[in-house]
Amino acid sequence: MNKKLKQDKEISKITFKKGELAAEVEELSGENVFGCYQCGTCSAGCPYVEDMDLTPDEVIRYIILDRSEVLNSKTIWLCSACFTCAERCPRDINITKIMEALRQIVLRHKIDHTKAYEIPEKERHMIPQIAFVSLFRKNIG
Amino acid sequence: MKLLYFPGCTLKTSAKNLEKSAFAITKALGHELVEMDDWTCCGVVSSLSDDDLMRHLAPLRNLIHVEDQGENRVVVLCDMCCNTLKQTNLRVKEKPDDLETLNLFMDRENDYRGTVKVQHFLEFLRDDVGFNVLKKMVKKPLKNLKIMPYYGCMLLRPREVAVDDAEEPTILSDLLSALGVEVVDNPFKIECCGSYHTIQEKELVSRRAYRIASYAIERGADAIVLSCPLCRFNLDVRGKEAEKMFNGYKQLPVFYYTQLIAVALGLDPSVYGFDQHAVDPTLLLKKKGVLEVVKNI
Repeated sequence: MNKKLKQDKEISKITFKKGELAAEVEELSGENVFGCYQCGTCSAGCPYVEDMDLTPDEVIRYIILDRSEVLNSKTIWLCSACFTCAERCPRDINITKIMEALRQIVLRHKIDHTKAYEIPEKERHMIPQIAFVSLFRKNIG
Repeated sequence: MKLLYFPGCTLKTSAKNLEKSAFAITKALGHELVEMDDWTCCGVVSSLSDDDLMRHLAPLRNLIHVEDQGENRVVVLCDMCCNTLKQTNLRVKEKPDDLETLNLFMDRENDYRGTVKVQHFLEFLRDDVGFNVLKKMVKKPLKNLKIMPYYGCMLLRPREVAVDDAEEPTILSDLLSALGVEVVDNPFKIECCGSYHTIQEKELVSRRAYRIASYAIERGADAIVLSCPLCRFNLDVRGKEAEKMFNGYKQLPVFYYTQLIAVALGLDPSVYGFDQHAVDPTLLLKKKGVLEVVKNI
């Protein structure tokens, strides 16, 4: 539970009083984070888990424990909303919506995760539009 | 039967071949796809935060335009558009208050009455045409081909808008069997292809493409069949790039199911559109004797 997350200066300024982080996530997602019993099914099926700094079940634990450094986690941006975890969760918690809530908390503090102008010209012409619209909707507030 | 059709932006650019082949097979099956008027971008990913109604506007506006044309069904080819339209349709049916807010916000549009059924083209082929009917129309059974069906996420999840079972889908393998193909099963068939990470995390997506395709190769597959334009790009283009990352790896050709149907129905090669692929499947089709020496390629 004591992994070192790369801290972002702006994101680290977002602070919460006791219980506020979980409350905000619950309001945005409509999910009960305290329902999680840490079985790890979400992490076992996640296609990105090997690239994540926190596994999805750890993310939920961080929220419950009021550890707002979870907002610095790579995990929330690596989630591509494929709904595999949400489909398999034995407690029927929609983890996909929880990841979106964490992204939204960062984005609603006017901190974008993607800078559109950094995408190389050649790629802009090659990649399907649906990828761009998705990326901008997920990573830019 | 005339079917109202919602294209979406990608079908007009990097997935022209999906549209072209789908139009051709629909015609061959005795139906017609008619592009709807005034369609706009659907927003591609559905809003997942409860308070964010703004992102339901684009899909809802398209559903209103379907109603404006006096239709109660719209057929979609793109998996991501279909998923987004279906999710918004569901949300406004389940939460009438949200629908009222959205209707009031769009004061230049007619109110949405909730009469539209969004249907994926694959569902149309399965439920309205029937794979057994399709089977009877096959002119060139694709007997020598071993193909792995790849579903990705958007066809199957979330379960409320899925076209088939989320863990054990069969719609593509049933279709392949009808065309005479030998189906190669693969547990990665329902895993994400990397989606929009293809922009910022190219190598990660190449690794995913490698993982999905190398398992298929191990099981003897000659090619992959799929339906989503973004999955096609990731498995085909990013998969091709994975050849430089993994020694000895050779990317498999990737088909849209519509292209494969067009081949099996013996339609003119000009509708296949294989020139948009990074790995051209023509060589494979010639090697397997499906396509004879084709004159106009």
